[in-house]
Amino acid sequence: MMLHFPVLLVVVPLVMSFFIFVFGLFQRRICFPLTLVTLAACLLFAGGSFWTVLSTGQPVHYHLGAWAPPWGIEYVVDHLNGLVLVGLAIVALLAAIYAKTMVEREIPVAKHAPFYALYMLQATGLFGMTVTGDMFNLYVLLEIASFSAYALIGMGEGAAPFAAFRYMIFGTLGACAYLLGVGYLYIITGSLNMADLQQILTPLYQSQVVSVGFAFLLVGTGVKMAYFPVHTWLPDSYTLAPSSVSVLLAPLFTKVGAYVLIRILFTVFDPSFSTTLLPATQVLGWIAVAGILFSSIMALAQTDLKRMLCYLIVTEIGYIGIGVASGNRLGLTGSIFHILNDMFMMAGLFMTAGAIQAHFRTRKTDEFAGLHRKMPVTSAVLVIAGLSVIGVPPTCGFFSKWYLLLGTIQAEQWVFMGTLLLGSLLNAILFFRIFERSYFEPRPDPPHLGREPGTRFERAAMSELVPMILTAAFIILLGLFSGYIVQYSIAYAVPKGF
Amino acid sequence: MTDLILSNYNYWVYVVLIMIGFYGMMAKNNLMKKLIGMNIFQWSIILFYISIGAKKGGTIPVVDPSLHPAIRALDYVNPLPHVLMLTAIVVGVATTGIALTLLILIYRKYGTLEEDEILEALKK
Repeated sequence: MMLHFPVLLVVVPLVMSFFIFVFGLFQRRICFPLTLVTLAACLLFAGGSFWTVLSTGQPVHYHLGAWAPPWGIEYVVDHLNGLVLVGLAIVALLAAIYAKTMVEREIPVAKHAPFYALYMLQATGLFGMTVTGDMFNLYVLLEIASFSAYALIGMGEGAAPFAAFRYMIFGTLGACAYLLGVGYLYIITGSLNMADLQQILTPLYQSQVVSVGFAFLLVGTGVKMAYFPVHTWLPDSYTLAPSSVSVLLAPLFTKVGAYVLIRILFTVFDPSFSTTLLPATQVLGWIAVAGILFSSIMALAQTDLKRMLCYLIVTEIGYIGIGVASGNRLGLTGSIFHILNDMFMMAGLFMTAGAIQAHFRTRKTDEFAGLHRKMPVTSAVLVIAGLSVIGVPPTCGFFSKWYLLLGTIQAEQWVFMGTLLLGSLLNAILFFRIFERSYFEPRPDPPHLGREPGTRFERAAMSELVPMILTAAFIILLGLFSGYIVQYSIAYAVPKGF
Repeated sequence: MTDLILSNYNYWVYVVLIMIGFYGMMAKNNLMKKLIGMNIFQWSIILFYISIGAKKGGTIPVVDPSLHPAIRALDYVNPLPHVLMLTAIVVGVATTGIALTLLILIYRKYGTLEEDEILEALKK
């Protein structure tokens, strides 16, 4: 049974998305429990596979249909994606619990079954992208994840369908670039398996076909992970998406993209190729510098909390890029750890943003006066997640940024180091402005609440508070146990050659 | 030069098509035309993959030992890129389906599919 965990991670949510849709047509109430059970099972599969990897020290290989690679599709769980998978499973489960009341608030009753079916499909795509060891299979799962994202975002408020359409144009461009990259690598190697590709590609690094394929792969992944100049689809679509959707998409999708980038740079291609032969990591680093500065300043200019958080995602992706650009063991440790941490940080922040919008009836940061009195737990979670984004010690954000910083110092990239520090400073300004408004603004009653008759303040439901508190707890626990995570998992996850 | 173009004309068609598609996606103002551009873009990649697998004078990749005692890979078309494209076609159809759904939603809301008019309506 344990043997089949890697494939069950993809097959179970895929099959369940179909069943949830069909059952949901007859009995609407069954959708949510089924989603929860499936995601809990996924957590078991992810945790089980990762545990096998940790206890044996060897990656788990699963051959679909018992076809040996490179002919068949292979699913691989190793130290790198095992960690990402467990993070994905936990955040997806917490987001699903959180979504329960949000869905009832935001989505029309008739659409609950399709909503949860798409939710499952989204999880399928994200798990699949992480677990697969086959380039083309990754493309298919990437598109499964993207399609469900377009459809889910399209359910949102106001101009959401328009934002989803623009996202789709950009996303398809990215996916097509990725597909072309796979095609060019296939021309010269005749293989689609990642491990196989690395072996065949090594003697071919001088070939122009390989360089072209590599460039296409990077552009495609860059679009999907919202790397700086091609991030323009992100702020609109994630802001207008329903809260129940953005809480799943915003923390996870871009991070899985970042994971795929690291896979391509350092597993499909050799580190020596990506860092020196064709110095892609350097280019990525300098773009990330521009991206961090740009998106931090854009975040400062926003008055809408959710939109501000969207720009923050772009900043965080920039940090991961800087770790990759350092091109050493410390920087990459920081990047991988930051992928994991950022899932929880962004989940916490988007959960609070959704709850504030639902109960405090505003997303404008100017109107947050008196927030902590009305919603004490939510604002506490906002503070913890915010401090983690800034990088204050007991939280996990500090530790990944610490590794990133050490990486840039070891690589003697002083501009990268300066950008990291400046970015953290800008984040600090951003969050302390919000903290000040919500805690210290001397206004007892928020002006926009209770003015209209019949609008009573409605407390956040338990199903919203529990995932928020758990996310905050994870943010602190990941920080406290960062030593163990780095020692037992990330130390092995950093690719050979560093 | 003409020889280079003529002997690999399918690749040149792919390049031309992908450029047309890209132009449509980026420069057109009408969302429906953007979608058509996106489709051309996707189908050009399918042509690219089909070209990878095809061989001049190659036959279908079913090996019959009684007909061909010695198997020469050059005699057979590579089936893998073609099979991959079956999946890519499904992906393309799904994209078009979702895009059309979104376009219907947009049209119902704004009564137009021209991007500048929608942006104008959003500013109000």
